[in-house]
Amino acid sequence: MTISEPTLALIVLAPLIGSILSFVIGKKVKNLAGWIATLSAIASFGIVYNLFRKLGPKEIFEYSLFNWFSVGDLSVDFIFRFDALTAVMCLVVTGVGSLIHLYSIAYMAEDESKHRFFSYLNLFLFSMLILVLGGNLLILFIGWEGVGLCSYLLIGFWYKNLAFAAAGKKAFVVNRIGDAGFLLAIFLISQTFGTIDFVALAQKIAELQDLSLYVTLLTSVGICLFIGAAGKSAQIPLFVWLPDAMAGPTPVSALIHAATMVTAGVYMMARTNFIFDAAPLAMSVVVIVSVLTAFVAGTIAIAQNDIKKVLAYSTVSQLGFMFMAAGSGAYWVAIFHVITHAFFKACLFLGAGSVIHGCHHEQDMRHMGGLAKLMPITFVTYLLSTLAIAGIAPFSGYWSKHAILASLQSNPNIYLSGILEFSVILASITAVITAFYMTRSLAMTFFGSYRGHAHPHESPLLMTIPLIILAGLATVAGYYGGDLAHYLEHVLPANGAHFHHEELVAALKHSWTAIMGVLVALILYTKLKNIPKMIGSALSPVTKLLEHKYYLDEVYGSFIVRPLEGAAKFLWTNVDQSIVDGAVNGTAQIVDVSGEVLRSTQTGQVRTYMFLMFAGMIALIGLYLVF
Amino acid sequence: MLPLSHYIVLAAILFGVGALGVMVRRNTIVVFMCIEIMLNAVNLTFVTFSKLHGNLEGQIGVFFVMVVAAAEAAVGLAIIISVFRSILSVETTDSGELKL
Repeated sequence: MTISEPTLALIVLAPLIGSILSFVIGKKVKNLAGWIATLSAIASFGIVYNLFRKLGPKEIFEYSLFNWFSVGDLSVDFIFRFDALTAVMCLVVTGVGSLIHLYSIAYMAEDESKHRFFSYLNLFLFSMLILVLGGNLLILFIGWEGVGLCSYLLIGFWYKNLAFAAAGKKAFVVNRIGDAGFLLAIFLISQTFGTIDFVALAQKIAELQDLSLYVTLLTSVGICLFIGAAGKSAQIPLFVWLPDAMAGPTPVSALIHAATMVTAGVYMMARTNFIFDAAPLAMSVVVIVSVLTAFVAGTIAIAQNDIKKVLAYSTVSQLGFMFMAAGSGAYWVAIFHVITHAFFKACLFLGAGSVIHGCHHEQDMRHMGGLAKLMPITFVTYLLSTLAIAGIAPFSGYWSKHAILASLQSNPNIYLSGILEFSVILASITAVITAFYMTRSLAMTFFGSYRGHAHPHESPLLMTIPLIILAGLATVAGYYGGDLAHYLEHVLPANGAHFHHEELVAALKHSWTAIMGVLVALILYTKLKNIPKMIGSALSPVTKLLEHKYYLDEVYGSFIVRPLEGAAKFLWTNVDQSIVDGAVNGTAQIVDVSGEVLRSTQTGQVRTYMFLMFAGMIALIGLYLVF
Repeated sequence: MLPLSHYIVLAAILFGVGALGVMVRRNTIVVFMCIEIMLNAVNLTFVTFSKLHGNLEGQIGVFFVMVVAAAEAAVGLAIIISVFRSILSVETTDSGELKL
């Protein structure tokens, strides 16, 4: 049942106004910027929460601002739609967003241009809300590009550092590759079905007489959409931008590159589930890519020493888990993991930010250690989130990851029949690896004795309160998996994925592999510190491979970037400089030279002119006489 | 009466003398006189052909030429005088530049 609800516009309007105000006012009064931005985020959360309470089962709130354009048969409205899936996503975006805004007030307190920071942060919320509220593919795409822009602006926030600015550009360029796929998908859909509205599209596909005629088309649409999702959500082969994106301020990493923007790809897949469900081949591609991504990124994370890089690769790996679920048709499970991941990963990033803040901008874990006593609140929250991401019951990560593995295991896709078992094993190994590298980062940061030169101190309340709230959510969110499944059942097809509620003891038994991973890492990095080094040097080729991220950047550099640069240089020197510029400069030169020659005839001597005049006259008469 | 060719030849010679004078002489006043010679050479042909054809059109043309030549002499001499005032010379080679 569709109900018109004009307040939908207010959800996106609040952060937009906040963005403008925090820039304009914040420029004058620096300390106000953060509070304005935070208040507008909270206002948006309030509106969303209100609508969430009002939304009945099977109801959809809808608000069409205006008819954007109509070309031929295609008519596109600027329409917002608020169903159960949107409600959940909006709550996470604005809720986690508000907490991170609050945290940023303290984290960015000493920054010169924080009005710019908060303005971008609010602009991001605005774009992200457009993305999740968009009622058709094009509105979604506006938000999609908007969050990409904000991501670029915030990664390169400290643009005076050239490496940071380059990281921003890299993120932007890699995302454009994905966007090309997304755009192709939109074109294909609009050309075939004559509409890009989600509801109309779902209906049209459901009404198709003979689905087999459309399988090839839907498969290509699905794969194109997944290319877009892979760009935004950092999957192979487009994940290389996300680790570099850590150049931005840490709250940005928490909000954009962990909790919300990078999950946009998963959301988009859930939103277009009717396409993916009709294209099993595309689904199998999703599963294979996501399993590989999870494994590859997880293994890279083991060898990283920068605390934020560990978390970045962990994010890539967790996004892989989300796509495993989505690729298995268990969309609600993917959204479940989006939510739990938003809580624990935002908490981890903010914890890392707190550590970096406390250690005076030190990010290398080899120069940390022993912070458990110095920063107790940060430690406890980081510990809880680590247990959550490691997938140990009863923390939230266990429930969502368990559901993902279960959905992967029962994947009925015929294209996966040969490799499904292998995928499940690889995913399970990755889950253990997750527990291992997260515990490693925990141990290197908080246990042992302090190895740096700063004087670490606990962060202010403004930073620890969001940490505590997020850690609390990361701990308990798993219990609501059943409720979530029930809440989303009218929007997302369950495809046989159920939430298995378990007793605590049984759940603990099931998480024994994760517990093993945690224990091994704990022993290796607190008691037997020499062993990791010995293993590292004994397997030096493997270590090198992992430290250099499978040499992916190098491979891209020599196979894509360098040839492109070469081609550009060739076109520049040979085509542009010699042909295009040559034509222009040549014309000028001809005029110049002929002027130089003809100039000598203008002597100023009347006699010469007279002579030439007579000579010309005689010549003309001569010509006349001859012909 | 002399045959027609005599008049034409005389006019041609006068014209040639005038043209040569314009080209080779440097004194502006002489050049000026040479132009007058050329004009009068043309006048001579006009009159000749007028007589030949027995109508007055050529002779009217001559009047126009003489009027224009008179005006030209007045303006030309004034220019020569003002040029002489600024560069103290009436040689054409000395006034080869547009600016002073």
